Amino acid sequence: MAHRSSPLSAFMAKELRHILRDRQTLTILLLLPLAMVVLFGFALRTDVNHIRTVFVDPSPDHATVALRARFLGNGRFDLVDISATTAEVEPIFRRGLADVAVVFEPGFADHLARGTPARVLVITDASDPNTGSRMQAYARAVIASYQAERGPGREGVRIVTQTRMRFNPSLESANLFVPGLIALVLTLVTALMTSISLSREKERGTLEILLVSPLRPWQIIVGKVLPYLGLAFANVVTALLAAWLIFAVPFRGSITLLLITSTLYAMVGLALGVFIAARTSSQRAAMLGAMAGTMLPTTLLSGMIFPIASLPGWLQPVTIVIPARWFIVIARGIMLKGVGLHYLWQPIAVLVVMLAVLMLVAIRSFKPRLA
Amino acid sequence: MNEASVPLEVRGLGKRFGDVVALDDVSFEVERSEIFGLVGPDGGGKTTLFRILTTLLLADSGSASVLGFDVVRDMWAIRERVGYMPGRFSLYPDLGVEENLRFFASVFGTTLEEGYDLIAPIYSQIEPFRDRRAGALSGGMKQKLALSCALVHRPDILFLDEPTTGVDAVSRREFWDLLDSLRESGLPIVVSTPYMDEASRCDRVALIQQGRILAIDDPGAIGRRFPNLLFSVRGGDRYAMLRALRDLPHSASVFPFGDELHYSDSRTGGDADAIAAEVRSFLRERGFAGAEVARIEPGIEDTFMALMGAPEAAAA
Amino acid sequence: MTLAIDVHELTRRFGSFTAVDAITFHVDEGEVFGFLGANGAGKTTAIKMLIGLLAPTSGRASVAGFDVLTQADQVRRRIGYMSQRFSLYEDLTVRENITLYGGIYGLSDAGIRERGGSLIRELQLENAADERVSALPLGWKQKLAFSVAMLHRPAVVFLDEPTGGVDPITRRQFWEMIYAAASRGTTVFVTTHYLDEAEYCDRVSIMVDGRIAAMGTPDDLKRDNHVATLDELFVRLARPDAGAVAATGAGPAARPAPERR
Repeated sequence: MAHRSSPLSAFMAKELRHILRDRQTLTILLLLPLAMVVLFGFALRTDVNHIRTVFVDPSPDHATVALRARFLGNGRFDLVDISATTAEVEPIFRRGLADVAVVFEPGFADHLARGTPARVLVITDASDPNTGSRMQAYARAVIASYQAERGPGREGVRIVTQTRMRFNPSLESANLFVPGLIALVLTLVTALMTSISLSREKERGTLEILLVSPLRPWQIIVGKVLPYLGLAFANVVTALLAAWLIFAVPFRGSITLLLITSTLYAMVGLALGVFIAARTSSQRAAMLGAMAGTMLPTTLLSGMIFPIASLPGWLQPVTIVIPARWFIVIARGIMLKGVGLHYLWQPIAVLVVMLAVLMLVAIRSFKPRLA
Repeated sequence: MNEASVPLEVRGLGKRFGDVVALDDVSFEVERSEIFGLVGPDGGGKTTLFRILTTLLLADSGSASVLGFDVVRDMWAIRERVGYMPGRFSLYPDLGVEENLRFFASVFGTTLEEGYDLIAPIYSQIEPFRDRRAGALSGGMKQKLALSCALVHRPDILFLDEPTTGVDAVSRREFWDLLDSLRESGLPIVVSTPYMDEASRCDRVALIQQGRILAIDDPGAIGRRFPNLLFSVRGGDRYAMLRALRDLPHSASVFPFGDELHYSDSRTGGDADAIAAEVRSFLRERGFAGAEVARIEPGIEDTFMALMGAPEAAAA
Repeated sequence: MTLAIDVHELTRRFGSFTAVDAITFHVDEGEVFGFLGANGAGKTTAIKMLIGLLAPTSGRASVAGFDVLTQADQVRRRIGYMSQRFSLYEDLTVRENITLYGGIYGLSDAGIRERGGSLIRELQLENAADERVSALPLGWKQKLAFSVAMLHRPAVVFLDEPTGGVDPITRRQFWEMIYAAASRGTTVFVTTHYLDEAEYCDRVSIMVDGRIAAMGTPDDLKRDNHVATLDELFVRLARPDAGAVAATGAGPAARPAPERR
């Protein structure tokens, strides 16, 4: 009997050919998982390093110096400053320049010698509750090992460690995640919105007519972006309301500033969407590009879940170009730390520059001719 | 627009896409109050030509001026003044009929009211549906809406790329009636079509195939370019007669044309009546008793087929 | 003798809208039947019912002797289909498309090789056999698509506007292929916007607003309606200002087409 290829196997052979011949999609489908594995692998670190430490040592003596040396010798703690008073601790925290403050009470060594409680206060920036607790744990371990060393030969080495978690005393993880989630949602929705709208215009053919008209490219782009801004703003308000009402995230800073900076961040997303659409040839590619270009970097590299300080050294500079990274600093600053323009002008300025650059590049790559 | 200049002047335009030659040394002119047709099958270069003339593409060689403006240097001046209907009725399906019109009017800095009298003959046919979503219109109505949108800003020249593709024969006729009335107002119209019968409604036609212009002439006269004597053959089984005629030693071409066959004889300078008689008796010998053979004037389609030579090869 | 296509009061409604209104006609084996009508007249809906893509609301139809509703599987094995919108896979080569469709229709490997080989020879595609279909000019794609639709020797082949946009010579070569198929006994059911092609058919029907407004041989239709070309008849039917139109041949008396909006 003559051999028959079954209809099914003929069909599968065809599908295989389609897959192998669509080089673009094939590349993405092979490389994307690889990239994800690599990035996730590196980002998924639970140990914390480079803990920026401030020491407040009103009366340095051999004990405090020894303890300080122990901290710095541990390898996880980086020295930021040694101060005589607690006055500078708060501003340093608000600026986000330190993760931990170790405050020795005056006459530390004397207390130790006399056997009375020698107090040391460990203050941790707990905006990120996971790292906050870990940093606390490391600090206590250092102190404990010092205590143990001195202990056996003496009695009553009493170091009383008090801990305080700043900005997030109850270690609500919502407080960690929610600013990051707002960033993620805003980015995704805005970039997706504009990239789909623009590429749909291209695919439908109406873009041709628009081009053969007095409309200049910048007008077309601005015209595509601004209406979505209203929508994005509505998303911002909803997200913030949800954060406040459902997750009880504190709002310690200025709501107005938060709304303005959120809208600024949304605009960056819109511009990114236009840029992606200008560079892709189909709606499908635009959507894939929008999702890959926003979700992945935002989730992994913005510090929303995995602290940037924990990322491998070569990855850290990469995070600078991710808008969400800066927005999360701003959002956490306003919501949890209650700080304002004075402390946040830098990340805000970065977002403004990003917006300008993206709009410029988008307008330029949006050629007034088809080819 | 420079009053003295010709509305459209094309000189030696050439364009390649990789290895494919889309346009090869294309030249022609279009006058005011003229319907100029670009006639030829898909892939002939018509759309590429339109895109160059509406400043959407840059040609590789040659030059063109629209309304006195150069397509390369004066891009924006041209874009403000042309009406363009690209293929496949590019409209916004989720906007209403009137909304589409108002949008395109405003993009050109004018209003529907200002352009109304120009588009009235067309728009009046779809005005009863002004609130309907454009996506819900039939093919013929979409085409009329697209034309209205191209005209509403009172352009000085009109480019229509295959406006009647995919539309039934009746709507096509109505569309060409509309073009006739537009022409009366002085508007030069450049229209492309793959349908040979529409070519006869143009003032002049350019036969274009594989990027090359085969001939430019008015439709009535284009038959002059046909190289041989042409005869119509009727009566009997067409398919069988077709095969028989191809056996004739002097047959240059035999093609079906509706209910008759067109036979062209390779003997130039031959006597038409003698040849007709010869063919008739040949067919009778083969069993086609009632065959009628008569000399006819070649039409546009006959001429196109003679000039195009062989159809494009499958592989380079 | 089984009719190739037998349609009786076939109807299809979409909600309150009747796309196909109780049409009745038949097509004999080996006939070339032209199914004409304006866009929106119901042609596409009717064809979809005949090839089993859409279920009728009422009425019945049989193709190649099998009922389209209850024996759809049998119908599909015996028909070929080619439309302007889609025919072959553009990113597969000529040979691969032949192998694919041959496999889907259950041809043996030897059969595919043999018929595919003669197909390629007849179309003179030897040099292009391993090229992707996307690289072929439009006319060749259409001719190839038709041949592939015929690969499994269907009893009836449905062609939906097969020659749109193609150059006039290739168009006529295509119709010679249709004639050749019909002379071998295949029934050809074709729709077209080119009314000169309607003249090539043995019989034509013209649909207006869901009903068949005229049917018969081209000569009979022209004679009975006192027109010189089918084009004129078509225009008159689609925009009726005249009175009733006579039907000829084996079809039912056509009703005058209703007033079009």
